Amino acid sequence: MRDTVMESAQDCAAPILTARGLGFCAGGQALLQGVDLEIARGRRTMIMGANGAGKSLLLRLLHGLLPPSSGEVIWQGARCAQAMVFQRPVMLRRSALANLRFALRVQGLGWRARAARAQEALEMAHLTGKAHQPARLLSGGEQQRLAVARALVCEPELLFLDEPTSSLDPASTQMIEDLVNAAHTRGVTVVMVTHDRGQARRMGDDVIFLHAGRVAETGPRDQLLDAPRSEAARAWMAGRLYTRTDF
Amino acid sequence: MRSTSARPVGRGLDFTLAHRAFLCFFSHKGEKSLLFSFGDMIAEALGLILAWDRELSAIVVLSLRVTLSAVALACVIGLPLGALIGAFRFPGRGAASVALNALMGLPPVVVGLFVYLLLSASGPLGPLQLLYTPTAMIIAQTILVTPIVAALTKQVVEDLHGEYAEQFASFGVSARGRVAALLWDARYSLLTVALAGFGRAVAEVGAVLIVGGNINHVTRVMTTTIALETSKGNLQLALALGVILLGLAVVVNAGVMALRASAVRAAYA
Repeated sequence: MRDTVMESAQDCAAPILTARGLGFCAGGQALLQGVDLEIARGRRTMIMGANGAGKSLLLRLLHGLLPPSSGEVIWQGARCAQAMVFQRPVMLRRSALANLRFALRVQGLGWRARAARAQEALEMAHLTGKAHQPARLLSGGEQQRLAVARALVCEPELLFLDEPTSSLDPASTQMIEDLVNAAHTRGVTVVMVTHDRGQARRMGDDVIFLHAGRVAETGPRDQLLDAPRSEAARAWMAGRLYTRTDF
Repeated sequence: MRSTSARPVGRGLDFTLAHRAFLCFFSHKGEKSLLFSFGDMIAEALGLILAWDRELSAIVVLSLRVTLSAVALACVIGLPLGALIGAFRFPGRGAASVALNALMGLPPVVVGLFVYLLLSASGPLGPLQLLYTPTAMIIAQTILVTPIVAALTKQVVEDLHGEYAEQFASFGVSARGRVAALLWDARYSLLTVALAGFGRAVAEVGAVLIVGGNINHVTRVMTTTIALETSKGNLQLALALGVILLGLAVVVNAGVMALRASAVRAAYA
């Protein structure tokens, strides 16, 4: 049976990308196999599952950072602008402002446009006062805000986030969520990996639940979080499933 | 005791007032011991440095010109080369790494001989008439220093790229953009790489002696002068140049280390 987020979505939005039979092997082990899913345009999709289920790997395959061992990722129309925020933010050895400018320069923007857009992004992330500080000396929360701002400054249509708040305090988590939600209201499609059911409830429209490298269940947020159909999702919600081998 | 006033110390070097005062201060005893002779020589060498005449100055300036030019050229070639090998996977990358590491230990006299053959009248570059010129010395030193700069750059960039690779791929940074960004972000670490190259070049004698010929006022640098003056028994001048060489190495090292330390404090390194 092929579950799709798209099919379960209430508004039946057009998919921005589709994965067909997606698989990834490393060291002779299948880490991800037979993943079929659709990411609906303009929606916020949460990817959940136990440690080692393949969530981050799936995100990297969708983003194109890794080539799949089998299957394919199909973009509807032209491959859209996309960006990714990693669990541990990768800060270039430059100032906060220079980190933003670098992302914009890669997009081919001129100096003036870069300066203006970078300033706007700093304001959006509440980091104006930190513009000229070395990015690597910012706090964890500030670095992650800068990473989100750096991803958004390029105006992506699709934003991937890999547990961006996993090591942050509630205040920093809230700020990151605000940034992502603001981007979503501007039309950015969001795909985010999270372990936090509260966060999935606050931010998600749809949920994909992975177990042992396969899609165990997909569905609208409330349905999947409140009444999961798959045994793996039920076990995880009940706190009985911790890793890919527990079930 | 050797009489410091009866025998000139450096060939063509004049005694200045400061030099004489220095010698008076240090050379006041009459014991004929080896230790005292050594002390005498040290005193005379330091006196020569204080005197700092035109000839000494020319030797030091030419040494710096040759060395800094060679290091700059080696950086222009070696930094991007090392960054390319460090940041990208391609067939033959392992062999290139092994070759670079092996070339770090290139014997200077072999390089000198190679460049000599290239630049000699019957060599392929003979018509350029570069043999026994500072340019020939710069070429030889560049060949010696480039593998050092490239191999060390490869290591620095490889480590940094391990950290940046996914982010660069996510941004869609071009190959050229990656090399530029990695070199820029590793700039403080690469200062140490350039320093290693400087150390190799400034202390080099074999290659520059072969291709430069140690011609007075033309290709005579500190190391070749030290070798020549030692063989002639003019140890004071050799010692003075040795002290200057050491002093330069210390000053350059201290400067680079201070810069790098400040960069580390600011989390840019």
